[in-house]
Amino acid sequence: MAQVSLNNIRKIYANGYEAVTPTSFDIADGEFVVLVGPSGCGKSTLLRMVAGLEDITEGVLSINDRQVNHVDPADRDIAMVFQNYALYPHMTVRKNIGYGLKNRKIPADMIESKVQEAAKMLNLTDYLDRKPSQLSGGQRQRVAMGRAVVRDPALFLFDEPLSNLDAKLRHQMRIEIKALQRRLGVTSIYVTHDQVEAMTMADRIIVLNEGRIEQIGTPAEIYHAPASTFVASFMGAPPMNLIDARLADGQIMINGNTALAPAQGTGAITLGIRPEDVEIHDDAPIHFHVDIVEELGAHRLLHGQLADQDFTIHVGKDVAATPGATRIAIKPDCCCLFDPETGKAL
Amino acid sequence: MTNLSNTTIAAPTRRIRWSRLLDHAVLIAGSLFLLIPLLIVLQTTTTTDVETMKNGPQLVIGSQFDDNLKDAMVKASGFSGENTGMSMLINSMILGLGFALGKIIIGMMAAYALVYFRLRFATLAFWLIFTTLLLPLEVRILPSYEIAQKLGLLNTYTGLIVPLIASATATFFFRQFFRSVPEELVEAARIDGAGPVKFFIDILAPLSQTMIAAMFIIMFVYGWNQYLWPTMITTDEDMYTLVRGIKQITQDLEGTNIPEYGRANMLALIAILPPVAVVIFFQSWFVKGLTESDK
Repeated sequence: MAQVSLNNIRKIYANGYEAVTPTSFDIADGEFVVLVGPSGCGKSTLLRMVAGLEDITEGVLSINDRQVNHVDPADRDIAMVFQNYALYPHMTVRKNIGYGLKNRKIPADMIESKVQEAAKMLNLTDYLDRKPSQLSGGQRQRVAMGRAVVRDPALFLFDEPLSNLDAKLRHQMRIEIKALQRRLGVTSIYVTHDQVEAMTMADRIIVLNEGRIEQIGTPAEIYHAPASTFVASFMGAPPMNLIDARLADGQIMINGNTALAPAQGTGAITLGIRPEDVEIHDDAPIHFHVDIVEELGAHRLLHGQLADQDFTIHVGKDVAATPGATRIAIKPDCCCLFDPETGKAL
Repeated sequence: MTNLSNTTIAAPTRRIRWSRLLDHAVLIAGSLFLLIPLLIVLQTTTTTDVETMKNGPQLVIGSQFDDNLKDAMVKASGFSGENTGMSMLINSMILGLGFALGKIIIGMMAAYALVYFRLRFATLAFWLIFTTLLLPLEVRILPSYEIAQKLGLLNTYTGLIVPLIASATATFFFRQFFRSVPEELVEAARIDGAGPVKFFIDILAPLSQTMIAAMFIIMFVYGWNQYLWPTMITTDEDMYTLVRGIKQITQDLEGTNIPEYGRANMLALIAILPPVAVVIFFQSWFVKGLTESDK
C-alpha cells in the first residue's frame, strides 16, 4: 500500500514541447484516482512518469516518502496495465502472469501458488495453459490484470485499459476492476479519456487539459461544481449547457430582460446549467424552443434554443415532449457561474 | 450483366482452352529442364564409370549405388589422402551452420542495438551497414584475404566463417521486425523486471522465431554454396568443402584415366541434399517469417 506524492512534476520533451506543466498532488493510501482529459492533455505522460517509463524533467516524485525519480520501473513496486494489454504473445497465460515473479528470483512453487491464486481471483483458472491469441478481449484484459495483482504491488497504474473492449464488456470490466481494487485496497492511478469511467470508478478525479490540472475533486464535486468551463463541458454527457448571460439587480439575466435565477454581482458571465437541472412547466417563466427530440428509452434529450443560444434539456421518459415552443424553469441552486474571459468558476 | 452470367451457366461442357494448354506446356518444359540434369546425376550414381563412359546417361538403373556411395564418402582423393567425402561433408556442414547462425546472431544483436537503444547516429550506422550490400565479397576479396591471412586465419574454420558473417541483409530484416514489435511489450517487460539481456532472450528471440527460421534457410543455403571464399582461404585438403571438392574430382577428366563419374555425381547429390532438406523442413516457417508478423 502506498501514498504517492507529486511535487511540481514537469515534463518537457527533447523537442521543447511541454507535455506536463509543473503539477502537484498527493494520493492517499488505498485511493483510486482517475486522471481524465482529452487526448494530448498529458495524462498518459504523467502516468508514465510515475511508472518510470518517462524521465521526469523537473520536480520530485515520491512513493511512500521515498523519492523515486531515478529508480528503475522494476524497483518502484508498481504494476501497470496497458491499453493493448502488452501480453507476451509466445507465453502461456501462466507464464505471462508469473514472468514478473520469475525475474525477481521467487522460487517456482511459490510462483505457481501465487499464479493460481491470481487466476482464481480473475476467473482465469481454466485458461492458464492458453496463449494470449486464444483468448477473447475480456480474458486478455484479465490476464493483464492478473500480471499486475500477482506481484502484490504498492501501486497499480492503468493506462486506458478498457478502450479496446466493446461497450458491454467495458461496462462489466469497469465494475470488476473497481471491485478488485476495493478488495485489495491497493492505491491506484487510472488514466482514461472516458468521462463515464472517470465518474463511476474514481474516489477522486483529476481533470487535465493541455498539461495543466483543471480540477481535483470527488466525482460529485467535479460534476456539480466544475472549476472551469472546460471541466463543465468535458464531464457529463450531454455536457453542461454554457450560455452567455449577465448579472444585474441580483438576478441572472439572459436576452436582456429574462431573469433566470437569483445571484449577486454585476457584469457579463458564462452561465452553466446541467441538462437535467431544468424542469418543464406550462406556467414556467422561461421560453424554450425545442428543435429536436432525442429518444433514449430511459430518458429524452431535448435540443433547442434558449435566448437564441444552443441548449439541451434532459427529461425523464414520463415527460412528453414534442418539437416547438415550451416553457422551462431552472431548479434552485443549480446555476454555475464562470468568468467569460478566463472560463474559471466565479 | 444478365447475358454474361447466362453464358457462364449455360456452358457446362468444358472446352479445351488453348491458352491453358500452352501454359502447361511451358510449365512442363521448365520442370523437365530443371529435373533432367538431376535425373542424370541420379542415374550416373547407380552405374560404373566404365558404363557411363561407354554409353553415356541411360534409362537403366544400375546396381552400383552402394559402391559409389562408399567410394564417395570414404575414398580419399588428392595427394594427402585426407579429404574424403565425409570430411568434406562435415566441413560444409560447419561452414553452412556457422555461416547461418553467425549471421543470425550478429544481425539480431546489431538490430537490437539499433532499434532499442538510444544510440547516437543510429540511423547513420544503419545506413552504413546497409550500404555494405553494395560491396559483396567479390569486390573486397583481396583486402579480406589480406586481413584473414595476417590474422593467421588461413586453413581454419574461423577464417572460413567469421569474415563472412557480418550481414546487412539479416540486420535489415531483424531491424524491420523489431520495429514492428509493440513498444508496450518493452515497457511491460521493464516493469516486470526484465533487463535488456532478459528481454532479448525471453521475449524478443522467441517472438523472432519465424524470422530466424527464414533467415536460417537463406543463410544456410548461401553459406553452403560458398565457393570463392573457401577456395581462397583453405589450401589444406582436409579443410575442403563439398562444393569445392567435387570440382577436384572432375578435374581428372583431362587425364588418361576414366573419370570417376559415379563418385563425382554421388558427391554432387550429397551436396544438394542438405540445403534441400533445410528448405523443406523450414518452408512453412519461411513463408510465415517473411510475410506474417504474429505479435
